[in-house]
Amino acid sequence: MGAARDRRRTLKLAAIGTTGGLFSGLFGVGGGAVMVPLLLLWLAYGEREAAATSLGAIAVVSAFAAGAQALYGNVDVLDALLVGIPAVGGVLLGTWAQQRVPADTIAFAFAALLVVAAIQLAVSS
Amino acid sequence: MIGAALIGVVAGVASGLLGIGGGILFVPALTILLGLHQVQAEATSLLAIVPVALVGSWRQHAYGNLRMHDAGVMGVLSIAGVLAGVALANALPERVLRIGFALLLLNMARQLVRRGMASRRVRLAQVPPGGAD
Repeated sequence: MGAARDRRRTLKLAAIGTTGGLFSGLFGVGGGAVMVPLLLLWLAYGEREAAATSLGAIAVVSAFAAGAQALYGNVDVLDALLVGIPAVGGVLLGTWAQQRVPADTIAFAFAALLVVAAIQLAVSS
Repeated sequence: MIGAALIGVVAGVASGLLGIGGGILFVPALTILLGLHQVQAEATSLLAIVPVALVGSWRQHAYGNLRMHDAGVMGVLSIAGVLAGVALANALPERVLRIGFALLLLNMARQLVRRGMASRRVRLAQVPPGGAD
């Protein structure tokens, strides 16, 4: 019984990883947007554990996807450093703040920023 | 360039706070601010995500939130999805990819507002009546 449960759990993780990977490869994101809700929904994760565990998976998923994109000759290493290095500083700030700051205000501000970016992208295409 | 670096910081904070790799902001920053094509921006974003996710999960591990085994299983078993997604990104026309990404952004914004509302309700419920913040 325990083994069957373990297998079902691994299958769910595989499905979440595959879906996250498809998203990651298609859109150039980590895939957390699909992995976090699925972890909450299918595996009864808490918010923080889902966010943290998805971030761990993202490190592997995005490395795979960056490698695959490099084979197509699409990766610009200098530009990746330009946004990636400041982001490492940002992530230290963010994980520190997560334990201390109510996240709702930041969630709203971030949502507004995404809407602006969406409009920019749609208009400029 | 400074704008792109600033967006990098914001993307990192969002990543640490909300558990996403930051790509959702890297891609628009690379296309809008640095003028990359959509597929190149996506590819470049993926590389930028790797150190962010590594540092972020190292911090989360220190806080005891990271379930290492599950993260590893999801990561390694993502490979088929990754290859299909990358092939698709390279096959689709620029415009379709951009519109798709814009829709992704809007959906993400919707999710964030919902999560923000929920955590706000919880937070406000915890404040005793008449108590200050």
